[in-house]
Amino acid sequence: MDAVSIFISIAFHGIAFAMVLYLVSVGLSVTMGLMGFVNLAHGVFAAAGGYLMLTLMNGYGVPFPLALAIACLAVAAGSVVLERLLYRRLYGGNELDQVLLSIGLIFMSVATAKFFWGPLPQPMHPPAYLDGQLDLGFRSFPTYRSFLIVSGAVVVSLLWLGLERTRFGMTLRAAVDNHRMAQSIGIDTKRLFTLTFALGSGLAALGGALGAEILAIDPGYALEQLIYFLIVVAVGGLGSIRGPFFAALLVGTADTAFKYLEPELGAFFIYGMTLALLLWRPQGLFGRA
Amino acid sequence: MEHNPPRPAMPVANALRELLWPALRVGSGPGPAPGTSSAVDALRRGHHLRPLEMLPWLVAAAAYFLFPDYLALGAQILLAVLFALSFDLILGYAGIVSLGHAAFFGVGAYAAGLLAANGWSEPLSGLVIAGIAAGLVGLLSGAVILRTRGLTLLMLTLMIAALLQETANKAGAITGGADGLQGMHVAPLLGLFRFDVFGRTAYVYCLAVLFLGWLAARRIVQSPFGRGLIGIRENEDRMRAIGSPVFRRRLVIYGISAALAGIAGGLMAQTTQFVALDALGFERSGVVLIMLILGGVGRLYGAFIGAPLYMILQDGFAQQDPVYWYFWIGLLLVLVVVFARGGVLGLGQRLARRLGWPS
Repeated sequence: MDAVSIFISIAFHGIAFAMVLYLVSVGLSVTMGLMGFVNLAHGVFAAAGGYLMLTLMNGYGVPFPLALAIACLAVAAGSVVLERLLYRRLYGGNELDQVLLSIGLIFMSVATAKFFWGPLPQPMHPPAYLDGQLDLGFRSFPTYRSFLIVSGAVVVSLLWLGLERTRFGMTLRAAVDNHRMAQSIGIDTKRLFTLTFALGSGLAALGGALGAEILAIDPGYALEQLIYFLIVVAVGGLGSIRGPFFAALLVGTADTAFKYLEPELGAFFIYGMTLALLLWRPQGLFGRA
Repeated sequence: MEHNPPRPAMPVANALRELLWPALRVGSGPGPAPGTSSAVDALRRGHHLRPLEMLPWLVAAAAYFLFPDYLALGAQILLAVLFALSFDLILGYAGIVSLGHAAFFGVGAYAAGLLAANGWSEPLSGLVIAGIAAGLVGLLSGAVILRTRGLTLLMLTLMIAALLQETANKAGAITGGADGLQGMHVAPLLGLFRFDVFGRTAYVYCLAVLFLGWLAARRIVQSPFGRGLIGIRENEDRMRAIGSPVFRRRLVIYGISAALAGIAGGLMAQTTQFVALDALGFERSGVVLIMLILGGVGRLYGAFIGAPLYMILQDGFAQQDPVYWYFWIGLLLVLVVVFARGGVLGLGQRLARRLGWPS
């Protein structure tokens, strides 16, 4: 392959990976920024989304779009239960308790996934209309990943538009900026927290389900991919909606490029890059000091 | 400082005091006359051994005779206690939440392992070198990352451990990579006691090292330096405002903790004669956190309860349910966080208070 093709290929797959990373991580960034909750178990929602969708598709023959929607809604609804029962107790508490609670949830989810689905990754078969190659004239790309990039871009645009233009987005921005002030001017922050948590979990489920072809859904998902999600959030900056997007693009393309060009270095580069970035800007690229 | 005169009998603690002299002056302030302040009394009292503090050692000694078939597991529990104890120094006393403490355990394990695999079979010097290597890595990484706080610090500790693990993975020619480090030869302890299959030597060796580590940790947290650390944990801004060298103190304890963790790792390498990549893994960092939480953080004895509890539970659950045991560990963790903050020791303290016993 010539240099241009390699470049295009890396960019394409990197951006597809970045979309998955962003969809999963944006909810985590908002939970951390808004509620100050270090939710290491965020990947559990992504894995749950993936498992639900794949089970509906592979086991019950539910069509892909419907299975995807059901998975996202179910995970969002389930996350509300968890938020009310467990997470809410630790808002404003110390980060150690939060870390522990979420590690406990990860352990339970890993064992549960293994119990119901076994240790092997779940196979992802895209529907026929998304399978194969998409010929754009000058090059052809895998159809499913093209779909992933386009749908990721649509969701990102909707999210940003909603944040800027809707009342919910307005109150959310206000609460991230100054939680107490938002509360004192009459914003129901409890309800806002719950809704935001559900939205973040639903998006994570979407990312996990759509990305099942890139990040295989297996019992260890929530633990093994956690480091990528955390990198995206930390590099992007807490509480930001846009920050994680650029962080995801950076991480996704850089990781793809290095694994392709220097496979023997493995994940070395991405860890080193994160280390350097965080030392340079401890608040992340888009975080506020 | 007239109320806290140096004691010739404790040269290590004296050296530490001299080293931290400026910190010391800030730590306790001018203070009232000797013996009149309850704080001073409390500090003094802390130096005396209470009878209850001998309990772990009696239990450990009794276990040697009561469970001769479980001494190999016992040795692993003892070194886990040391590892958890080292973690308590930074988590419980300095308030540094780390998700990468296995980095130092692993460095110690690989240091001791590589020495033993390359002809340096004497265990005690190997253990010292393991501690020094881990301590140096702790000081170096701490000097860089301890300037940050919160999630950033959490991430940086995670990254350091991940980088080290990836290094060990990729340097397969030296470390054995994913296959683990094999071919270690560990000479008899003191030239007399061979490491036997029953783990008798290993058990006593680990117990002795743990005892020394505990003595050191106890001195450190009872010293004005240790009290200063608690101050930093409770209110960093105020400590800075009264002139406490916050960064330096955090760095010193981070280095000490790393060295202790490295010694624990070295013990593992020498007693099992095998080091795998998981010595540096995220899971180990998470498990040491869990052990400490189960026992109780910032109490020095949390490690003595949490580590055996975790290891025994794991052993029990894993026998009953080899695939799903961590579901129960996870559930236990959630329950501890929601209902029993402070772990077993915290529960005991609350119970004692309710019964009207002095704590």
